Amino acid sequence: MATKEAGRGPASYKPLSMSPKEYQQFAKSRQPSRPVFANCVRAFLVGGFICFIGEGVQHFFMAAFDMTSRQAGNPTVAVMILISVILTCLGVYDKIAQWAGAGTAVPVTGFANSMCSAAIEHRSEGLVLGVGANMFKLAGSVIVFGTVAAFFVGIVYWILGVSH
Amino acid sequence: MLEQASDIALSKAALSKDKINFYVGGDLINQIISSTFAARTMGAPYLGVFGACSTSMESLALAALLVSTGAARYAIAGTSSHNCTAEKQFRYPTEYGSQKPPTAQYTVTGAGAAVVAAEGDGPRITSATIGRIMDLGLKDPFDMGSAMAPAAVDTIQAHLQETGRDPGYYDMIVTGDLASVGHPIAADLLKRHGVPIAETQFNDCGLLVFDLAKQAVQAGGSGCACSATVAYGHLLKRIAKGGAEAAARRGDGRAALAAVLSAGREHSLHRACRIHRTLIDPKEDFRCNICGHFWSAGRSASSASCCSTLPS
Repeated sequence: MATKEAGRGPASYKPLSMSPKEYQQFAKSRQPSRPVFANCVRAFLVGGFICFIGEGVQHFFMAAFDMTSRQAGNPTVAVMILISVILTCLGVYDKIAQWAGAGTAVPVTGFANSMCSAAIEHRSEGLVLGVGANMFKLAGSVIVFGTVAAFFVGIVYWILGVSH
Repeated sequence: MLEQASDIALSKAALSKDKINFYVGGDLINQIISSTFAARTMGAPYLGVFGACSTSMESLALAALLVSTGAARYAIAGTSSHNCTAEKQFRYPTEYGSQKPPTAQYTVTGAGAAVVAAEGDGPRITSATIGRIMDLGLKDPFDMGSAMAPAAVDTIQAHLQETGRDPGYYDMIVTGDLASVGHPIAADLLKRHGVPIAETQFNDCGLLVFDLAKQAVQAGGSGCACSATVAYGHLLKRIAKGGAEAAARRGDGRAALAAVLSAGREHSLHRACRIHRTLIDPKEDFRCNICGHFWSAGRSASSASCCSTLPS
């Protein structure tokens, strides 16, 4: 029996001989590459389109309520956030974002989406410990680094004596 | 969902809940809570397992071990995962607009359960090989296929060497959720290591579970329900239909994705539905009882591989 077992055994196979580095190279050559150029074009088109809508909303406020372009800025952002939140709640925003990439992530709509999606996700854990605690889960880093960057830019302005 | 799957498995086996000696189950959520709730309803002694992608075959191997040692007459192996809970726990909120790279995989929402019995006329588990963790330092959480492929290859080779079988012994060797990135890598590695993998059909549950051309799932399916639903819902039926006398399956090669929050793990399962290869005689008309393909008499012997692609 033992000889029979030995006789029908397959040839011994080579064990994995690659180092982690070699394997990473090996795997990388077999991974589909990210369509960087197509992503850039899509981001440009979608991002531009969102800004185009924003521009339209701003002009609407300027024409309808007799605002200056500076005054119209805040209500415009509010409208864009509202649109983004509605699209997020309808479950559409993430589908658009998969296609558009940075085009939907960079404008204010992306920031609204990151907060709204986190709020929806953690609603089941309650209002205070769920929504309240987790709403800034993704947007928090934007605020932290935005504030830090603004601080350093402010110092540079102060040193150079530049002011508005 | 897991409760339903277990109930359906029990009704198919014509058993009541009190006949079950052990319930072995796992899922992807913290504290494997879905399985715990299912086990609460089941009321059977419960063994919780966590193997991420390998949970279905890990639980099945343990259930088979319990039965074969005589510790149990009937054991259930149940597994579930859910896309939204996996997204929430391991990635971003489900509605967050992040762009996933083409290597990312889509966690399957599903549940599968199997009743393992000491006797019966269903497909049989003849062997199981538990895999090792192979950490080759891949760190991209959106590319689990590449991270898991070496473990799958290691497990398949270990299984073949331990059992003294060639890949051709099996009609199909199926991995859990390597998907469209990891699966070709595993196939390439097997070829490099001198494993004649072309003798069999080498496929992957992550590729079988979705229609990649039509569904936006990037590289394919993942999660522990991926292999559970495909193995219990599709492949076992095909084995049973093929009247196979032996279904050897093996579980559980594992890879750990270092430095990311989830350990991606891979299992592979093997099965034998050795029926058509022996039945196809070029001098006779033949209809494959698995895929329904019809072969007329006088065909060349080399074309006798009707199940080379799975019917979708």
